[in-house]
Amino acid sequence: MALSSDEVRHIASLARLALAEAEVERLREQLSGILEHFELLGELDTSGVEPTAHTLPLTNVMRDDVARPSLSVEDVLSVAPRTESAYIRIRAVFE
Amino acid sequence: MELFELSVEEAGRRLASKEVSSVELTRAVLERTDRVEPGIRSFITRTPELALEQAAEADRAIAGGRAGPLTGVPMALKDALSTAGIRTTCGSKILENFVPLYDAFVVARLREAGAVLVGKTNMDEFAMGSSTENSAYFPTRNPWNKNLVPGGSSGGSAAAVSAGEALFALGTDTGGSIRQPAALTGVVGMKPTYGRVSRYGVVAFASSLDQVGPLTRTVRDSALVLQAIAGHDDDDSTSAPLEVPDFTGGLDGGVRGLRIGVPREYFPDDMEPGVREAVSQAINVLVAEGATVDWEVSLPSTPYALATYYIIAPSEASANLARYDGVKYGYSYQEGRSMWENMEQTRGRGFGAEVKRRIMLGTYALSSGYYDAYYVKAQKVRTLIRAEFDEAFKTYDVLVSPTTPTTAFPIGAKVDDPYTMYLNDVCTLPVNIAGLPGISVPCGLVDGLPVGLQVMGKPFDEATMLRVAHTYEIAAGFSARPPL
Repeated sequence: MALSSDEVRHIASLARLALAEAEVERLREQLSGILEHFELLGELDTSGVEPTAHTLPLTNVMRDDVARPSLSVEDVLSVAPRTESAYIRIRAVFE
Repeated sequence: MELFELSVEEAGRRLASKEVSSVELTRAVLERTDRVEPGIRSFITRTPELALEQAAEADRAIAGGRAGPLTGVPMALKDALSTAGIRTTCGSKILENFVPLYDAFVVARLREAGAVLVGKTNMDEFAMGSSTENSAYFPTRNPWNKNLVPGGSSGGSAAAVSAGEALFALGTDTGGSIRQPAALTGVVGMKPTYGRVSRYGVVAFASSLDQVGPLTRTVRDSALVLQAIAGHDDDDSTSAPLEVPDFTGGLDGGVRGLRIGVPREYFPDDMEPGVREAVSQAINVLVAEGATVDWEVSLPSTPYALATYYIIAPSEASANLARYDGVKYGYSYQEGRSMWENMEQTRGRGFGAEVKRRIMLGTYALSSGYYDAYYVKAQKVRTLIRAEFDEAFKTYDVLVSPTTPTTAFPIGAKVDDPYTMYLNDVCTLPVNIAGLPGISVPCGLVDGLPVGLQVMGKPFDEATMLRVAHTYEIAAGFSARPPL
């Protein structure tokens, strides 16, 4: 299945990924080629087969809701690119 | 034998009997690394000062009678494992200056066990690749031939163990990333059962497939390291709440009476003839040791595993890698006019080509209108693949196959064609899809390059898998050392 350049740009915007024009074209070709290989799965009849999200014989894992120490605010801020007092600073979300 | 060539087991014996100190052993490994590292480049970050401090501490523990099997033994860790206070890049520019605030569970276990950290190893960016050429820093070279790749994504860990730059290493394996480089560099590489080892503090790639495991020179060493890192962890709810058995105790039990299956789909027509021959001879060694071998096992869904994997893994990766937004940590583009522009530029500039390719693929497979056709379909095929393994394991104790269809290939040979690169993992990725344990053991050389025999076990039965691998290793007496 061949992707169009617009589809590639749409996927990139969903993934919040800035792409140069040359990358859009290269990815269009490469992803189209890989998706072609995926068509193989159409050969398999999977009607009535339950999907497997993970292979463990586990469903829910519960524990007591007990407070315990976690990373300090100072430590977390120490690895953040931009901070202001006890906050992480970013550009305005709404323009 | 030089000190840097020792097995973990032999090093432990000499340390315990005070024939050698950890400082001496560590110095030997560091000096060896100084010599060979310029030609191989296993490490993104070396930690020689820390190593000598830890070695001195290990010597005090040994003197005080508080030593375990890994105390004082020099090790390398894949740069996907968080190390508190030590830069952890995951092979990516987006984490170039990232220093974790805490240790991964496995790292904390090995620190407690007294192992000595000599450095963080090179890898394909975010563990996406089969050659270590996708590292954002530099490719690692195969110690057997420096024009060839060491495999990947744990190529730095495999090369380090092969070249004598560490006595053991940890890697991560999502589709073969421990076993494939182990095969290509002539070392032992094991992926434990999904859930056997905690993933806490491991940089996430595909959360339903990722496992941490050892790269070592012998199968016994592999069991020793697994013993140290296995077990339930409250910080990873997918780590299985099961008792951890003794992995070394049964190693010498032999294979008499064991039933071994050889799935014929793991010997595709385009497999290198020398690899086929070496693996067939290895299986005959197991026959000679008393195992019953069935050469005609069929796992018919095997040809669908590659497509299944390349839907599931990128889908999970696209979600996991959403966290690299330049806000909380890591590389951050700051010149944009809006938050979204900064975020998109951070990701566009911070990620390399293969990582972008997989984020795009996964985002597409999960997007509205395609979710059922790709992601759900792949999850259903996963059910079929697992069911075939479950059925086979009613008859066979383990399955054996080649680890890879070819020996190591030249640097640059496959970088332009992503799908050809993905074919490296055809024999290893079904094991991840089904959540099984798998191990690669060196089984000979073809034109001077190592070949790996893969043993696949029942879920949480690493012990039998290790026993088969160990029996082969001892009977074959093959010990691979690169001509460095």
